[in-house]
Amino acid sequence: MAAYFRPTTLEEALAVRAAQPVTVLAGGTDVYPIRANKVGWGDMHRDDVLDISAIAELKEIEQTADRLRFGALTTWSQMRRADLPEAFAGYQAASRDVGGVQVQNRGTLVGNICTASPAGDGIPCLLSLDAEIELASARGRRTVPIQDFITGYRQTVCGHDELVTAILIPRPPAGAVGDFLKLGARRYLVISIAMVAAVIAADDTGVIHHASVAVGACSEVAKRLHDLEAALLGQPLASAPDLIEHAHFAALKPIGDLRASGHYRDSAARDLVRDLFVRLSAEPKRRAA
Amino acid sequence: MLDKAPLGVSTIRLTVNGEAVTVSADPFASLANTLRDELGLTGTKIGCDAGDCGACTIRVDGEQACACLVSTGQAEGADIETVEGPGPDGLTEKLRKAFLAHGAAQCGICTPGMLMAATDHLARNPATSRAEIEDALGGVLCRCTGYLKIVDAILDVAGGSVLETPRAEGGNAVGARIARVDGWPKVAGTDLFGADDAPADALWMRVVRSPHARATFTLGDLDAVVAATPGLETILTHKDVPGENSFGIFPHTRDQPVFAEGHARFRGEAIVALVGTKEAVYGLSDTDLPIAWTVEPPVTGVGEARIDGAHVVHSGKPDNVLASGRVKCGDVEGARPTAAVIAEGRFETGFVEHAYIEPEAGFAVPVGDRMEITCCTQAPYMDIDETARVLGVEKSQVRIRPSACGGGFGGKLDVSVQPLLAVAARVMGKPVRIVYTRTESMSSSPKRHPAQVWARSSADGEGRLVSFELDGDFNTGAYASWGPTVAGRVPVHGMGPYKVPNVLTEARAIYTNETPAGAFRGFGIPQAAIAHETLLDDLAEKLKMDRWQIRRINALGNGDTTPSGQTLHASAGLPECLDALKPDWEAALQRVAEFNARSDGRKRRGVGIGCMWYGCGNTSVANPSTMRITLKQDGTLTFFNGAVDIGQGSTTVLLQMAADGLGLAPDQFDMVIGDTDLTFDAGKTSASRQTYVSGNASRLAGEDLRAKILKLANAGEDARLSLDGGTLTIADGQASRTIDLATLEADGEGIVLDGIGTWDPPATALDENGQGSPYGTYGFAAQTAEVEVDMRLGTVKVIDIVAAHDVGRAINPTLTEGQIHGGIAQGLGLALMEEYLPGRTENLHDYLIPTVGDIPPIKTYLIEDAEPTGPYGAKGVGEPALIATPPAILGAIRHATGVTVRQVPVLPHRLWESLNGESGS
Repeated sequence: MAAYFRPTTLEEALAVRAAQPVTVLAGGTDVYPIRANKVGWGDMHRDDVLDISAIAELKEIEQTADRLRFGALTTWSQMRRADLPEAFAGYQAASRDVGGVQVQNRGTLVGNICTASPAGDGIPCLLSLDAEIELASARGRRTVPIQDFITGYRQTVCGHDELVTAILIPRPPAGAVGDFLKLGARRYLVISIAMVAAVIAADDTGVIHHASVAVGACSEVAKRLHDLEAALLGQPLASAPDLIEHAHFAALKPIGDLRASGHYRDSAARDLVRDLFVRLSAEPKRRAA
Repeated sequence: MLDKAPLGVSTIRLTVNGEAVTVSADPFASLANTLRDELGLTGTKIGCDAGDCGACTIRVDGEQACACLVSTGQAEGADIETVEGPGPDGLTEKLRKAFLAHGAAQCGICTPGMLMAATDHLARNPATSRAEIEDALGGVLCRCTGYLKIVDAILDVAGGSVLETPRAEGGNAVGARIARVDGWPKVAGTDLFGADDAPADALWMRVVRSPHARATFTLGDLDAVVAATPGLETILTHKDVPGENSFGIFPHTRDQPVFAEGHARFRGEAIVALVGTKEAVYGLSDTDLPIAWTVEPPVTGVGEARIDGAHVVHSGKPDNVLASGRVKCGDVEGARPTAAVIAEGRFETGFVEHAYIEPEAGFAVPVGDRMEITCCTQAPYMDIDETARVLGVEKSQVRIRPSACGGGFGGKLDVSVQPLLAVAARVMGKPVRIVYTRTESMSSSPKRHPAQVWARSSADGEGRLVSFELDGDFNTGAYASWGPTVAGRVPVHGMGPYKVPNVLTEARAIYTNETPAGAFRGFGIPQAAIAHETLLDDLAEKLKMDRWQIRRINALGNGDTTPSGQTLHASAGLPECLDALKPDWEAALQRVAEFNARSDGRKRRGVGIGCMWYGCGNTSVANPSTMRITLKQDGTLTFFNGAVDIGQGSTTVLLQMAADGLGLAPDQFDMVIGDTDLTFDAGKTSASRQTYVSGNASRLAGEDLRAKILKLANAGEDARLSLDGGTLTIADGQASRTIDLATLEADGEGIVLDGIGTWDPPATALDENGQGSPYGTYGFAAQTAEVEVDMRLGTVKVIDIVAAHDVGRAINPTLTEGQIHGGIAQGLGLALMEEYLPGRTENLHDYLIPTVGDIPPIKTYLIEDAEPTGPYGAKGVGEPALIATPPAILGAIRHATGVTVRQVPVLPHRLWESLNGESGS
């Protein structure tokens, strides 16, 4: 039987992490399904387990003047319930759509990015919020922009001696509003066919001065649509749905799988972004806190 | 705290339902396993071990969680609430009563999870809404109920008004909405399913299955593995099978080995099995075993199977055709040219998984020379046949004790764990238990047959059907299972429930190297119904007729003759079903037109209609049922009922019929259910036959006992019985006679009187043209569906369903509605999301079944066109509930979009491709 470590301090956890290969366990919402799939086909091998869920310092959500910090154990439900600037509305919407309430209550925002599935619902949200990922090891701490953190299909830069300790999000620009849309083949408990997240800020005259738009499940790693964002800047928010061009989506490389075809994803991504812009331009703007 | 590196078992302290407990467990073991195995709290069910089904929902520190996703180590210091507890302020107790009253629990396997999710929700949101309840229950899957009655029950508790269920008196039980008589253990979490019980000394068994669809293999030195693995007692292979290494359904199709012999024919086939301690069998990986594979190209799909030179899956069937059936009447070729309009099309469906939330499980105990098996099953007597053959013993040497069955839908009609357990327990001479993983259940159990159907239909200028032709290939996978039944039922029903003078329908079951396909709610007819209903819509379109109208003028009714030559003298209630929902149909057409007129084109709505028929009972063969009621000296009244209740409610409705046959109240009976040593053979829980067939046997058993009592009392037929302890009172008009049962002569068990009823439905064989009377009666239904389609994304939301079912007589309308709701939910899944792909969707997050948020409001009309041969006029509803739904939904999509869909499931990308003129995938 493999060892099971449940340290109460980050320092101890990092020592365990550095000493041997471990499966890092927090909310368990990915660790156990992966194990069930392996056991189902007779693969009983398992690494030692490093359970980080008892480390109090990873549970904090902090808001300061210039940024928000979500400790590694922040769950979807905590995100959903937190009192956050309007730019987080998309991330909070994603938190309501992940799995069922059971998964939202246990699953962590950080676990979602460490699993680094192309269909990870939190990832486009983090891209749209310009998040940075804080990692720690016995060697020290570093932060990595979210777009550099995930390097490929279920791959991240997290080293074998490192743990992700927090998600850092700069305080969004004044007036920024976020939103998120997810497309799946049933209402609840559904893995996304595609999802889009955006944060847009317009000034008092309705002119866009900040735009970040990201699409998930349409490429190995969720992508920001920088060309689209550039096209939005300086334009009236009300015109945003009409500014979308096919070329803006060139960064995506949607593939076909059992949930949908690549052609469909390509088309659906544009429709979802357009729908999102319609919603954002229709909503009464609330100023960021 | 577990802050250091403990190897193996740890001591963990937690609070469970208010009590402090200490357990010794592997801290990585899921809390679900620890609650069940270490604390004996088996109310927490394990359906998937992956957070996909929610059956294991508990509360951890006041928040709902899947116990399969929480490590036992994480439960240190936690406050755990399970279904066994009362809930905050007794909330769970209130919910139990409401669930029971509403018929919100059918099989009961998801019920603990539903109750805990509901408890969690109401504890934090006492004033709630339907939408909020759906959000709260979104993580718990139910395969039986269609969710509506569950939400109704929770709304009742939220509103403070819990529905009262009536108590039925003797003689008026039939038709009463009494609560399920087996319901309390289901809502209390105390019902014992296949994985919930086993002798303490039982060894564990784990099956090693082929990861390849087609491969040969050789086994190396397994004894050396056993010798080197502490706790591992043996590795079983085909050489350990004492009798025949084969099982199946029909005498000539027992083609599936218990353990493969050098050759695997599908991914998921049993190769060997490990028997030993749980730690040992779940500690050894398949790759640790000396199995040398040679992978060969599999036959995938019926197209590949039927080409010249295709690999022959079974040597006795050189063309890979397992079985075929046909119905021929009139002169199709001569008549078709006379038709005014002709419609033709090809239709395709995929594998559909039953997705019962309870994976197969059970245990076997050798008792002397006999073998006793407790497991979830739909067919205990067939289990005896197969298990006895595999053991090489007489049938009398095998006893089957069905556990509670956490859903079946046809998938537990074949044996699964039974022969495996029997072989293991025989070899070891000790009790052995097994619990399939979700992956194993999905990869090894039979599915709904994928179908490739061509059909052509024609009608005259008034819309009367002139001819119908159908030719279907049904992929039966690697082994026969119920393939012959599908090939037989489809031709009989394939033209739909209509008067058609000229018919030629043919269907074949084809072997491939895919998962075996067998019985699944409707035996191929749901697939065929998509074809006949779509073509009927085509004909209506060509004739510019209303779709309801064309169905109404063709509907089989009383006195009509089927294409098999069977005249329906009674209980052919399709015209009445159609008439019942006509106002809803017309209102929906208007509603949809108004919506679309206002729509900017992004969202469009449509309404569709589908009709069905289904023969109740097994096709053209005897399928009798026998029931017994005994009365003892002390007044104990016992109903011995061998019908397995898989959630559909047979235990309740058969008791209602037995009670009325006798004339005493249902709650005066004790019950013995489905133990093959104690009950007679009631036949399989399949083919929508238990209400119809076993219902008659139950009624007759009651009437038999009643006749004996009346004779004893010399009373007339209208006498009223009452039973108070050992005193039986017979009131006949003004006269009244009392019998002291203790004074009557008793047998060795104290039984003084008994009643036995046996009934076999009238049916005759079909000739080579499918002519005959294959069933005693048929269920009929018409359903309408209203959908909203996102024209850009291709997503479909079903927003309303109306279902009119001719059930003959609703013995318990609450349970009848529950069957209809659940069948519709499965039909919706078949139409829109369910597609089993071997190797790709072997779990409940890649294989999608409807959640609580996917089911629309359902309005039901129960049409009671009494069946003279049925008990109190009743017939079956289990399968009829599903069949009309997919064509109604497809018709609605077509009405909304103009696109005729001929492949299911209509995944968003498939509809999008059709909307955009792209070739389908």
